[in-house]
Amino acid sequence: MASESGGSIDAMGQFKLTTAFGEPGASVYFTQSNVMMLVACVLILGTLVIGMRRRAMVPGRLQSLAELAYTGVLGMCENTIGHGGRKFFPFVFTLFAFILLGNLLGVFPLFFTFTSHIAVTLALTVLVFVMTTVVGIWMHGFHFFSYFVPQGVPKVLLPLLVPIEILSYLSRLISLSVRLFANMMAGHVMLEVFGAFVVMLGAAGLVGWLPAAVSLGVNVLLIGFEFLVAVLQAYVFAILTCIYLHDAVHLH
Amino acid sequence: MRRPSRIAAIATAALCLPGMAMAAEGMPQLDFANPLTTSQVVWGAIIFIILYILVSRWALPQVSSVLDQRAATLEADLEAAHAMKTKSTEAVTELTATIARARAEAQAAINAAVDRAKQEAATQTAALNERLERQLQEAEQRIGEARSAAMSALRQVATETTTTVIQRLTGTAPDTRAIEGAVGSALAARGR
Repeated sequence: MASESGGSIDAMGQFKLTTAFGEPGASVYFTQSNVMMLVACVLILGTLVIGMRRRAMVPGRLQSLAELAYTGVLGMCENTIGHGGRKFFPFVFTLFAFILLGNLLGVFPLFFTFTSHIAVTLALTVLVFVMTTVVGIWMHGFHFFSYFVPQGVPKVLLPLLVPIEILSYLSRLISLSVRLFANMMAGHVMLEVFGAFVVMLGAAGLVGWLPAAVSLGVNVLLIGFEFLVAVLQAYVFAILTCIYLHDAVHLH
Repeated sequence: MRRPSRIAAIATAALCLPGMAMAAEGMPQLDFANPLTTSQVVWGAIIFIILYILVSRWALPQVSSVLDQRAATLEADLEAAHAMKTKSTEAVTELTATIARARAEAQAAINAAVDRAKQEAATQTAALNERLERQLQEAEQRIGEARSAAMSALRQVATETTTTVIQRLTGTAPDTRAIEGAVGSALAARGR
């Protein structure tokens, strides 16, 4: 991760996309970002399938992990979406696991973080946005658009409030995608910068050793913090998806 | 005051550096001229859809089947435990009833024995009393007889004594009929 070019810190180099799998991969523009997605898929499916293979009455470690993820996301769906939340459980689970693994894998050195790309997070957000809107229209028909009309408000204010409601609905696209993208990118830039500090200050001789050690300590703390952010942001993305689905299913 | 300000300066520098670095380098994430930026999304969509299908059709049902199976087993075990508990409660109730019945029977037997003993004792007492009464009556009768015998002897003794005393005092034999009369009147005076 720590790379140095001409004395300045190349904090953004880690986000640069390259093609993977040599010539065939390059010909179809298969990137290292997609490789990490595949790794995430393998880990998700592996945990679930290998963990549940023994079908133990008293679960072991891996089975506990699989069951914990299952019951945790299921609880989130049922509590947040409310009645009918179970229908969306496979989708929310896939989304949560995909983002969680993307975030967590990114903390490891040399691993690309696909959730640090706005294109990826925006695509996921568009998926959630389109899905919630379609679900809302599917379940309520034209009545869905009453979602943009606040209740118990004087009619005079409606021309002002309805555009605001629509704007706030559309702004979900930005807030959801940028939250995840910015969190992941900021953490990785910080790691990169302090990693570069360690190398640069360490190379400066005795004078630089103490600040270099401090930078290393900061990086150790940041790694722990990044694990927290990775889990937290995946959770936030999933719970917001559930809240949007709740709005679509129940309108208000 | 110097220390915090120095720390603040370092912190500010640390916070600004990423921003500066970003500004200097430009963000690869916003480089939409790069075909890889969009291609990763296309591949990502394909991967996500495959992941969704595999997770929802293959992986999650395995988890849910194990969880359902466990819930069913727990339910059945709990039910069995409930049934056992009911049965044991019944057994305890029955046992208590049996004990109570046995106790009542024992008490009844004891009461009967005591009653019988009392009755026997009463009969014996009555018989004894009767015998004693009879003996008492016999004794009284004997005493009466003895007394009347003694009483009948009294007249003779008194007459003879009087005759002897008078003879000694007077030296002449008294009139027997007069003495008998006197003794008879004296005895009559005493109620004999």
